[in-house]
Amino acid sequence: MSRVIVSSPYVAPGNSLKRLMIHVLVALLPGSVAYVWFFGPGVIVNICLAVVFALGFEAGILALRGKPVMPHLTDFSAVVAAWLFALCLPMHSPWWLVLVGMGFAMVAGKHLYGGLGFNPFNPAMVGYVVLLISFPREMTTWYLPGTVGGETLGLADSISYSFGTADIGRWDALSAATPLDQVRNGLAQGIPLSEIHGSPVFGAWGGAGWEWISLGWLVGGLYLLATRTIRWHIPLSLLAGLLAMSLLFYLADPASHASPLFHLLSGASMIGAFFIATDPVSAATTNLGRLCYGLMIGILTYVIRTWGGYPDGVAFAVLLANMCVPLIDYYTQPRVYGEK
Amino acid sequence: MPSRLHRFHGGLHLDGHKQESLARGLEQATLPPQLVLPLRQHIGDYNKPLVEVGTRVLKGETIASSSSPICAALHASSSGIVSAIENRPIAHPSGQSDLCMVIDVDGKDEATPAQAVDPHRLSADDMLRRIGDAGIVGLGGAAFPTAPKLRRGRGNNVDTLIINGVECEPYITCDDMLMREYADEVVRGCGFLQRMVDPRATLIAIEDNKPEAVEAMKRALTAQPLAATEIVVIPTLYPSGGEKQLIQVLTGKEVPHGQLAFDIGLLCQNVGTCVAIARALDSGEPLISRIVTVSGDNVARPGNWEVRLGTPVAHLLELAGGYRHRDESYLIMGGPMMGFALSGDRVPIVKASNCILAMREETIPHTPGYHDECIRCGKCTEVCPASLLPQQLYWHARARAYDRSRDFHLFDCIECGCCSAVCPSRIPLVQYYRAAKSEIRAAQKAQFKSDRARARFEFREKRLLLKKQQDEERKRLKREALQKKRKLPTGEAAASDPVQAALARVKERKKAVQDETP
Amino acid sequence: MLLAIITISLMAGFFGLVLGYASIRFRVEGNPIVDQIDSLLPQTQCGQCTYAGCRPYAEAIANGEAPINRCPPGGQTTIVALADLLDTEVLELNEELGEHLEVPLVAVIDEQTCIGCTLCIQACPVDAILGAARHMHTVIADECTGCKLCVPPCPVDCIDMVPERRTIDDWKWSPPIQAGSSDHAV
Repeated sequence: MSRVIVSSPYVAPGNSLKRLMIHVLVALLPGSVAYVWFFGPGVIVNICLAVVFALGFEAGILALRGKPVMPHLTDFSAVVAAWLFALCLPMHSPWWLVLVGMGFAMVAGKHLYGGLGFNPFNPAMVGYVVLLISFPREMTTWYLPGTVGGETLGLADSISYSFGTADIGRWDALSAATPLDQVRNGLAQGIPLSEIHGSPVFGAWGGAGWEWISLGWLVGGLYLLATRTIRWHIPLSLLAGLLAMSLLFYLADPASHASPLFHLLSGASMIGAFFIATDPVSAATTNLGRLCYGLMIGILTYVIRTWGGYPDGVAFAVLLANMCVPLIDYYTQPRVYGEK
Repeated sequence: MPSRLHRFHGGLHLDGHKQESLARGLEQATLPPQLVLPLRQHIGDYNKPLVEVGTRVLKGETIASSSSPICAALHASSSGIVSAIENRPIAHPSGQSDLCMVIDVDGKDEATPAQAVDPHRLSADDMLRRIGDAGIVGLGGAAFPTAPKLRRGRGNNVDTLIINGVECEPYITCDDMLMREYADEVVRGCGFLQRMVDPRATLIAIEDNKPEAVEAMKRALTAQPLAATEIVVIPTLYPSGGEKQLIQVLTGKEVPHGQLAFDIGLLCQNVGTCVAIARALDSGEPLISRIVTVSGDNVARPGNWEVRLGTPVAHLLELAGGYRHRDESYLIMGGPMMGFALSGDRVPIVKASNCILAMREETIPHTPGYHDECIRCGKCTEVCPASLLPQQLYWHARARAYDRSRDFHLFDCIECGCCSAVCPSRIPLVQYYRAAKSEIRAAQKAQFKSDRARARFEFREKRLLLKKQQDEERKRLKREALQKKRKLPTGEAAASDPVQAALARVKERKKAVQDETP
Repeated sequence: MLLAIITISLMAGFFGLVLGYASIRFRVEGNPIVDQIDSLLPQTQCGQCTYAGCRPYAEAIANGEAPINRCPPGGQTTIVALADLLDTEVLELNEELGEHLEVPLVAVIDEQTCIGCTLCIQACPVDAILGAARHMHTVIADECTGCKLCVPPCPVDCIDMVPERRTIDDWKWSPPIQAGSSDHAV
């Protein structure tokens, strides 16, 4: 018989990778819109560059590997990784920063391991961390939101800034540390928290502008939960871990530890909880394992933020937890039907 | 009596597609011109033909049987002449042929003379024997011979008898139709089972998407009450009809690894089997027909027919009005989740055939070309009713690491298809598991064969060595005996030279003879 | 410095004694690796590997004299299993010694031609041929390993090697094909 024998089930496929990725992109919109509202269209430039570079690198490496290019490109996994990566970069980064970061993310973070499904580390975080360590100056040049600094760069200016054709000096006055960074530096110098929070950079709960962006990520995350694109285990345990640690230390010493609400709504806590840590390929797979994984990231994030060398610890926490995933999966296997 | 229902892990809510085939009631299928009866329709040995080519057989006549302990006899589904005993395409996923008995139907449908015996006068063992003789197998799809199963159940002290009227797979409605039309026979069959197996309680499980069937069964049970019997309506969830899952839903118990339902005091039988048992014991009628659903999105008039076993699928499709779109159709025997594709429509209906689906190719992703990679999303783990880790099974089956697949309980997989249905990468997971299981079984067979060959080889070496030793021993004894003989006192020369000794003996004898002669 | 030399020498002496004792106290008779290798070989006893049977080949592999790719009846599956056991590289089958057949062969005696000389019975390494002098000989198909050692001794050339009968029970599901993947059949 030369006919191809295919096994059951014979059902029309309900799910697809593309649909999953499109849900994620839709969920990223609220936060991204808030970002543009507060910080101007600079982030759009970054996102576009990142997407173009990501697709380019992916097409190139797939061709080198001798695999079919179009099916892989059209599953949008590179687009999602690029978007998330672009959101982590400072909004007016030079174009080559995006290129290097995306190159590392796609090639070293994803395809050298075998492509989609085989990477043990989150590719966007790999790219981000490589940039953070290699180009600390560019990666720590953040800007004030329009509501505080008075103005933001327009689209044309953002593009020319990115490609280095703008006059840098004009906009230097707008650069400032992130709220997390300010808290870190302030506490290191011994300034009490209440004084630090007096600065206009801080809004009601977190950093000005940043708190709304974090809420945007939360709305997106709830959308993902509602469409069952992600499950609740990782976001809940991550935020719970972060909340528990920050609450513990805040109650112990409110003057030198930021409030739990600040931690939850600053930096990459929300985007990490719903978009970054939930990357299925690099996360734990069993439900109990996911709870452990999320908890570990939440705790590590707090530890790095408070006592580590970087203002935000989500990226490193995620990579460290990625390393522990095989062990977590091994020890959290569920009981099989019929076993004692 | 179940005070509350339990849940099994996972499961899927599927579109039922049941209404299409329930529109008209149960119809009787016409006789086809030729019946093709495979000699093996279930696990166990082949049945051996009892009639020769050219013989006329009557409806219900036993035409093949086996002496193996796990067997069910085969009967002619209608009267006619046996025209051949040869290989014909059968209903098997491989599309291969197997030995079948072919009967050219003469249209008279003459039955063997009735030999009804009052079933209430039969002992349990007699009933079991008649069930075996009637060729009854489980009609839920697995087709395990019923008599051996019941015998085993009798030996194991059955606590609860479960009658499975769940029918959880989409499109299939044959059990629904059976319960609506033959509810009283189901209850009678249930009564016989109770006599044979003597359970403490009986549960008749029906899914809640079959309200008419539930009503019919309730009426039948009221008309013929049975002791400690209850109809339990369970929520519709695929695959609640699987034996292990149904046991868990009704009793909360799990069948332990490597054991069967008997070992925890439970016995399951399908409602169709109950009807077959009732017919066999009430009127001596063997299993020669069953209800088959013909459905799918590519058949003109879906419905349920009571079909004689051995009817080719083509005949049945004709009764159902043929294909709606002739261009590309895909035939499936069974349901969409666990059925298998047929190689063509010449294949006959057998005891295990519960449904024939004609589907349009475009609704089914049946071309196994490229599939996306597993993204470890875990949706498969969420829906697995056996609480397995389908992801791990996939990785190991794909890497051909069969030992690791077994560690993850590959053989506990019931191949229900829930995992493949939810996978966003559309990986044909069940096919990977089936291929892995095939490979493992083939490797076990090869290992068994090579172990036997080694044992035979080593025995042969031992045998040859023993023979050599025996030969040498014999030669040694002969030499010793010879030497002993030479040591007789007939002169010093004789002691050293056997030839001289022989000559000396001859001389002596001659002398003795000479001395004697006067 | 002298102290260091004395210390190291004493330690070396001590560990040497421990190892010596262990090698005597925990000695294992025979080489268990040979049994393990032998259990992976198909036991055809055909001699295609140029050794006098499966066990001599297993011993040669254990001694390092023979590479693991000399068994045609075992095929690539056996080579992979041996490589796994011995933690060595997987090699391609040495095709000069013979080809690996997916469906093994079994011997069949043409009963019309058989003269009952028992030469094939004596040649069969697994005693798979039934018969006696001047009586009909027949091959027990289930026990025949397809080694072909019975074919040369037959004086009337009445033994044929035919593919083993495959039934529907021998059919295997094939894994899904993936076009453009790096999967290839092992």
